Amino acid sequence: MSDSSTKGSSQNPSHIRLKGVEKIYPNGYKAIHGIDMEIEEGEFVVLVGPSGCGKSTLLRMVAGLEDITHGEVYIAGRKVNDLEPSQRDIAMVFQNYALYPHMTVYKNMAYGLKNLGTPKDEIDKRVNEVAKLLELEELLNRRPKQLSGGQRQRVAMGRAIVRKPTAFLFDEPLSNLDAKLRVQMRLVIKNLQARLGTTTLYVTHDQVEAMTMADRLIVLKDGIAEQIGTPMELYDRPETQFVAGFIGSPAMNFIEADLSDDGNTLQFGDTKLPLKEKLSNQTSKITFGFRPEHVTLSDSGAMSLQVNLVEHLGAESIIHAKLGDSPITLRLNGHIDAKNGDTLKVDIDADRYHFFDKNAGIRI
Amino acid sequence: MWPASQAVYQSLLVEDAFGMSSQFVWLDNFIELFEDDHYIKTFGRTLFFSAMVAMLSLSVSLVLAAMADRVIRGTGIYRTLLIWPYAVAPVVAGALWVFLFYPTTGIISTFLTSMGYEWNHQLKGNQAMALVVIAAAWKQISYNFLFFLAGMQAIPKSLIEAAAIDAASPAKRFWTIIFPLITPTTFFLLVVNIVYAFFETFGIIHVVTKGGPANATEILVFKVYNDGFVGLDLGGSAAQSVILMVLVIGMTIFQFKYIERKVEY
Ligand SMILES: Nc1ncnc2c1ncn2[C@@H]1O[C@H](COP(=O)(O)OP(=O)(O)O)[C@@H](O)[C@H]1O
Ligand SMILES: [Mg+2]
Repeated sequence: MSDSSTKGSSQNPSHIRLKGVEKIYPNGYKAIHGIDMEIEEGEFVVLVGPSGCGKSTLLRMVAGLEDITHGEVYIAGRKVNDLEPSQRDIAMVFQNYALYPHMTVYKNMAYGLKNLGTPKDEIDKRVNEVAKLLELEELLNRRPKQLSGGQRQRVAMGRAIVRKPTAFLFDEPLSNLDAKLRVQMRLVIKNLQARLGTTTLYVTHDQVEAMTMADRLIVLKDGIAEQIGTPMELYDRPETQFVAGFIGSPAMNFIEADLSDDGNTLQFGDTKLPLKEKLSNQTSKITFGFRPEHVTLSDSGAMSLQVNLVEHLGAESIIHAKLGDSPITLRLNGHIDAKNGDTLKVDIDADRYHFFDKNAGIRI
Repeated sequence: MWPASQAVYQSLLVEDAFGMSSQFVWLDNFIELFEDDHYIKTFGRTLFFSAMVAMLSLSVSLVLAAMADRVIRGTGIYRTLLIWPYAVAPVVAGALWVFLFYPTTGIISTFLTSMGYEWNHQLKGNQAMALVVIAAAWKQISYNFLFFLAGMQAIPKSLIEAAAIDAASPAKRFWTIIFPLITPTTFFLLVVNIVYAFFETFGIIHVVTKGGPANATEILVFKVYNDGFVGLDLGGSAAQSVILMVLVIGMTIFQFKYIERKVEY
């Protein structure tokens, strides 16, 4: 347990700090390419990206389960590169929960405290407190295999919370749960974290989970941090085409377009799109992006789409259509009466255009 | 099955010294055995021998497996590469025991003697016992090692990592996580090792001590041979082997009944 002097945000404003962190595995594979980031005390930061992009690797380096090849990791002002996991004062929740199968729920939660030499009555008090918080009181004498997935998940969290660590690390803790439970647990974790105020680094490949839980998120791709920001920053102003396509559901539409020489018009297929502001780029090859929810139906619409399929979700309709050869998805409120083969005329909200350099994938 | 029923049949007979005639005596051979002090002593000695062999071979292979497990988890080197030397070394070295301990010429016996400890297992019963225990245990180590290692490797890595984060030292991780989780393997090996010590150590004892000195290393299987082929008491010898058979069957049943439980992760 750290005392207040080592927790001091006074000596270091950020609670977890990564400086030029790189990971090269013994087989020579470079999984992390120089990550810099700062997590404030009490902040909930989500590390999100497709499978295999290096999320677990980065988290495990913070936890002390993987060596840090280059760079530095600081937790609560201390450089932890050479510290054992147990000395870093962190707790981790694993994807498979990693509960000790031969111990009861109580013993699972008490194990860490016992190893730290906490007095028995203090352990008892804390375990019971946390059990109450997570509604595990009835289950304290059960073994992990006698629990449902959701209950195991809560025990895993309880085991982390009971230690009162300076930071929580989560590695895809909800991915083994069914969809409904996942949505519930999202809230539970978020509320719990807000209540405890413990700095949290949370890994997921699910962008909806990331968007709903994060104070800030880091989008990781092939071991590189593509963008760091609040959910709305990433949604409104994605810095790369990858982030633009990754954040938001249904995903952003992309159309290959040509920029006119004067930079005032975008052309794709038969459509000529006048721009509000002049755009300049090295090449005229532009990827034009807009989100499915930023369109309106209009008889005088600038774009004509061929409808493929309409999904009626009740409150909204998802329309899969084509503009020439480009697949386009629309998300419109209410019930849209359209069917395969229909033509829809739409306008795109001019304030919500996104432009990316076609080759570099960088925002213009 | 034929030798087994033959043994059962034999155990109910008494033959004369020249094997010319035999007489059906029901359980007399068995009653005689259990009234024989010498047999009871051999029984006790066998239990002691088996317990020592099982303990020694299990503990040594457990330590080796724990070390190998850490190395493998640490480096991710392809498993079999690492297992080979661990698994093969004991077998190769096993044949050397007799030479190592050979009185006056063996390296270890000379060393012990020079340290002031008189080693001569050809004269001293407890030394002879120690030597056959070591030699018998040694032979089992690679087998135990492979099973222990397989059991340890089946434990998810994340459990060990969780324990590391939970401030458990490597030794503590071993005794509070790994060891309890390989209990089924340990039980299985315990029975296998006892069965081995009871029934399959004839060769070792024959080579190393021939049951001596003064019967100090004579265990049940060896006595069966001694009484039957050397003492020519076929009925008594057959009765002994029937008892051994019953023991084997008993342990096998015990094994199947109680040791099939698996750990779920
Ligand atoms: N021990 C290892 N040795 C070599 N490469 C590894 C090792 N662990 C992971 N990798 C590789 O590193 C990359 C990132 O893995 P990981 O961090 O687990 O991804 P994520 O958690 O984002 O799915 C993957 O390509 C994976 O194959
Ligand atoms: Mg992962």
